[in-house]
Amino acid sequence: MKPAPFVHHAPRSVEEAVSVLEQVGHDGKVLAGGQSLIPILNMRLASPGHLVDINRVAALDQVEVRDADVRVGALVRHAELEHHEGACAALPLLRQALVNVAHPAIRNRGTTVGSIAHADAAGEMPAILALTEGVVEAAGPQGSREISPADFFLGPLETSLAEDELAVAVRFPRFAPGTATAFAESARRHGDYAMAGVAAAVTVRDGVITAARTSFVSVTDVPSVLDLTDVVGGSEPAGADWAAAAEAVRSHVEPEADIHATADYRRMLAGELARRVLRQAAENAVTTKGSSDR
Amino acid sequence: MTDMTTEQLHDVTVHVNGVPRTASVPARRLLSDFLRHDLELTGTHVGCEHGVCGACTVLVDGKPMRSCLMFAVTAQDHRITTVEGLCEAPDARPCATGERMNPAQQAFAECHGLQCGFCTPGFLTTVTAYLEENPTPSQEEAREAISGNLCRCTGYQNIVKSVLRAAEIRTERLEENGGEVPA
Repeated sequence: MKPAPFVHHAPRSVEEAVSVLEQVGHDGKVLAGGQSLIPILNMRLASPGHLVDINRVAALDQVEVRDADVRVGALVRHAELEHHEGACAALPLLRQALVNVAHPAIRNRGTTVGSIAHADAAGEMPAILALTEGVVEAAGPQGSREISPADFFLGPLETSLAEDELAVAVRFPRFAPGTATAFAESARRHGDYAMAGVAAAVTVRDGVITAARTSFVSVTDVPSVLDLTDVVGGSEPAGADWAAAAEAVRSHVEPEADIHATADYRRMLAGELARRVLRQAAENAVTTKGSSDR
Repeated sequence: MTDMTTEQLHDVTVHVNGVPRTASVPARRLLSDFLRHDLELTGTHVGCEHGVCGACTVLVDGKPMRSCLMFAVTAQDHRITTVEGLCEAPDARPCATGERMNPAQQAFAECHGLQCGFCTPGFLTTVTAYLEENPTPSQEEAREAISGNLCRCTGYQNIVKSVLRAAEIRTERLEENGGEVPA
């Protein structure tokens, strides 16, 4: 239960970090909060020869609330984002999801960008990046590039980041006016990995639903967005066919069985959670008229 | 892979319970082992070593974190409070044995919030930090505050009581201080 030996690198800039990653290649791994990586090292599921510890890299610890989006640097801890009033006013979905990320002691250390780069299907924040149609900003030896969630998440724990690239920030775009969100998950104990989780964003204009989208935790291999506008669009929130939306979710998800829950149970949970969060988001969209989103 | 026999050592200085402490350790030294083996502060207990049990929780710059999920080299120059340091808090008071206890420690003693005591250091650090954030928790909030710490003896009932009692003791001691928040 102790990590294998590794060489510790403590770069002070993004350029230096990328340069080290380039030198060590496949034998290198980036350490930010380490709340997923260090358990893996402790259990020796991985034993990289080099850890590039970015905790001392300047300027990566910023949350920027901008007109179009919320930009989160690679060293922003989950707890900092969760308690950032500006960011959560611009995108209430951030806090709605973040309070479900493990326990406070883990959120105090773990980073939001790190959780996205880890790409665990049971992670909350990859699903949020997908639902907001966010962007991962990566820095590499050839310069910077921006990656959409669809291009970023390749499989469970697998992303399109090259071994010499560093995810320096993610951007969560704000939703269109009239949109409200909700998030719910079900776990055996509070703070455990969810058996299923659903994030929803519903837009209501003139009392009628004009868009409804969901993304998922623990029931799809990679974060995926299911657009339910065809199912509930055009209805008033009180009269929408949420049961049909839940049915569409059950057909969409591809859960797997494990010691905590069967695949069928997870599928049932995803449908029920979707029904609840969609209805809640639609009701919120009516009451807030989206004023908090712009 | 790195050759174990030539593992490079790093001089790490951490401010533990207000005292700068230095030791020369390999990069892979976990903060939990740094505290226990290198600094001989064995109050911090090591349970699962993958962040699940919460026994090793210490305060890093005042915030609870898992010391088994941090490397000592990353803790360089940070302020660490271990369970040993809670006795030195401004709101710690002498107890019957002559030692000092902070409100959480006092409450766990009064309410039988421990049996074997293995998980207790992690609960005490977690609860101490939590009461700074929420000085008057409800029973439901107290239960959620300790959800990241496992105890295999008590069944948690007395720990929840201890959290609520710790909040009371903390408030009483604050009032003695004329309402000033302890530094």
